Amino acid sequence: MDLDQIFVIAKQQVLAWLTGAGASVGVVQVISSLINIAAVLAVFLTLFALISVIERKVLARIQNRYGPNRVGPFGLLQPVADGIKMLIKEDIVPRRADAIVHFIAPVVMCAAATLTLCVIPYGRNMTPVAIDGGVLLFFAAGAPAELAVFMAGWGSNNKYSMLGAMRAIAQMVSYELPLLLAALPVVMITGSLSPDEIVAAQGHYSFGTVPHWFAVTPWGAVAFLLFFIAGLVESNRTPFDLPEGESEIVAGHMMEYSGFKYALFFMAEYFGMFAVSGLGVTLFLGGWNSPVSWLEWIPSYIWFFLKLSVLLLLFLWIRGTLPRLRMDQVMSFAWKFMLPMAFVCIVAAAVWHYAGRGLIGWVWSLAIVVVAYLPLTKLLWTGKQFAVRQYRFAE
Amino acid sequence: MFGAGILKGMLVTASNFFRSYYVKERLTTIPYPEEQRITPDRSRTIPFLVYDGEDQEAGLRCTACCICEKACPPQIIYIVPSRDEKNRLLKHPKVFDIDTSVCMECGICSEVCPFEAIRMDQVFELSTRERFESLLLHKSDLAKSNGYYHQLHPTEAAADDAKRAAAAARKKKA
Repeated sequence: MDLDQIFVIAKQQVLAWLTGAGASVGVVQVISSLINIAAVLAVFLTLFALISVIERKVLARIQNRYGPNRVGPFGLLQPVADGIKMLIKEDIVPRRADAIVHFIAPVVMCAAATLTLCVIPYGRNMTPVAIDGGVLLFFAAGAPAELAVFMAGWGSNNKYSMLGAMRAIAQMVSYELPLLLAALPVVMITGSLSPDEIVAAQGHYSFGTVPHWFAVTPWGAVAFLLFFIAGLVESNRTPFDLPEGESEIVAGHMMEYSGFKYALFFMAEYFGMFAVSGLGVTLFLGGWNSPVSWLEWIPSYIWFFLKLSVLLLLFLWIRGTLPRLRMDQVMSFAWKFMLPMAFVCIVAAAVWHYAGRGLIGWVWSLAIVVVAYLPLTKLLWTGKQFAVRQYRFAE
Repeated sequence: MFGAGILKGMLVTASNFFRSYYVKERLTTIPYPEEQRITPDRSRTIPFLVYDGEDQEAGLRCTACCICEKACPPQIIYIVPSRDEKNRLLKHPKVFDIDTSVCMECGICSEVCPFEAIRMDQVFELSTRERFESLLLHKSDLAKSNGYYHQLHPTEAAADDAKRAAAAARKKKA
């Protein structure tokens, strides 16, 4: 029994049985897609339920609290309770709201987020939609999320919603560029937009232990960091959660939503987080390849989800650490640092490629990245000296 | 180095995360139904009536002087003194009711009591399924032994005992 291909073989057997039962080719194709959709939704809805409780527990532990521990063992059934609460809440549409736009916004957001999940290879031969332009489809399908956010903000007819939506548009459009440009070197080096081929290009090892992941090269490491930061922004996570900004504009574009629509927004946000992390794993962390050659007997999908969960934990860890940025800081960081750095990455990747992809190229690209990093960060440094804070009462 | 501050901060939160699992003092939350907060000696909730000895009716310190009834700011104490067949006062309450739904837990009743008879309890699980009858406490509900009082407020109870012993000695002498 091949554990690595168990799901692929199971699906093929179902399809073979259908063909044997006399189903036409078209029906079999539709059912094949339906199986893929069901699998993606089942896996990621479970992951969503899990991460919603794990996030609360991790944040609680970071703040020296217990976190949810009442529902079920260790509070693991908390998402069930939350889900039931969300489902039975009243669905309120503001009287002055644009009812249609207000209704469609969460649907569009959810559809966009789910679509981006389909092009990621979850294991060997396990890409739900294996198309050549997978990376392109990912960014194209992710773009309507911005539209959905603005629809929500505009349709709610509320000043805070509008403010949140405007902030969301501003930062998401600004960071879309570094996100794309950080993915570009990888596409350039592999010469393909297909996620499967990108993963295959990273499936070799030096000395059997050092994987040929792009994150191991200097340009790849920097591009991965840029991609990750841009991913934080695209999924509206702290420290870039200005569109929500609970302490200033309540919940931004989600303010006028209640009940299940709110849950949909929430879900779409997490799906976006999964998708960005999944693409990050695919582009830079070798996809479903194992980190060392002697651990290749562990099924490929397990490796993928291990890497994915490491990235998700990093998301939570950052949320527990960093405070929210100011809007001008977000913007200047995007245009003064992220964008030039992404261009530098492209140059470094090209140098790495033309120096023969060996040690010399490694050193050269490291030199380029470091030389660019120092003056760029100097530019961001405002040099403001703040007076030592005097505490008059809290001593 | 630009960005080093973020790493420093992330190390702090990581150490918080891991140490919260094995340093017990870090978790200040008390998981309430399983563990109870240790109430401080001086904390107080609703009043109760102290009795000495075993019999909660005969040992009641209350003499039905009604000072607490008059001192109570929201006027929730209701006392009817016992009388014998010749209608003389017996220095013992026949009825002693406290409406705890209105009680504001000020402790004035226990301060004015000249007989150390009414003292403040520390129970806080006072919720009931019904708002009226179950929150109106009668004499039998209110009477608690002196041992219970010693458990709640050890120093105060000891002082009360000494005061009562001195008063008894003075009475004997007279």
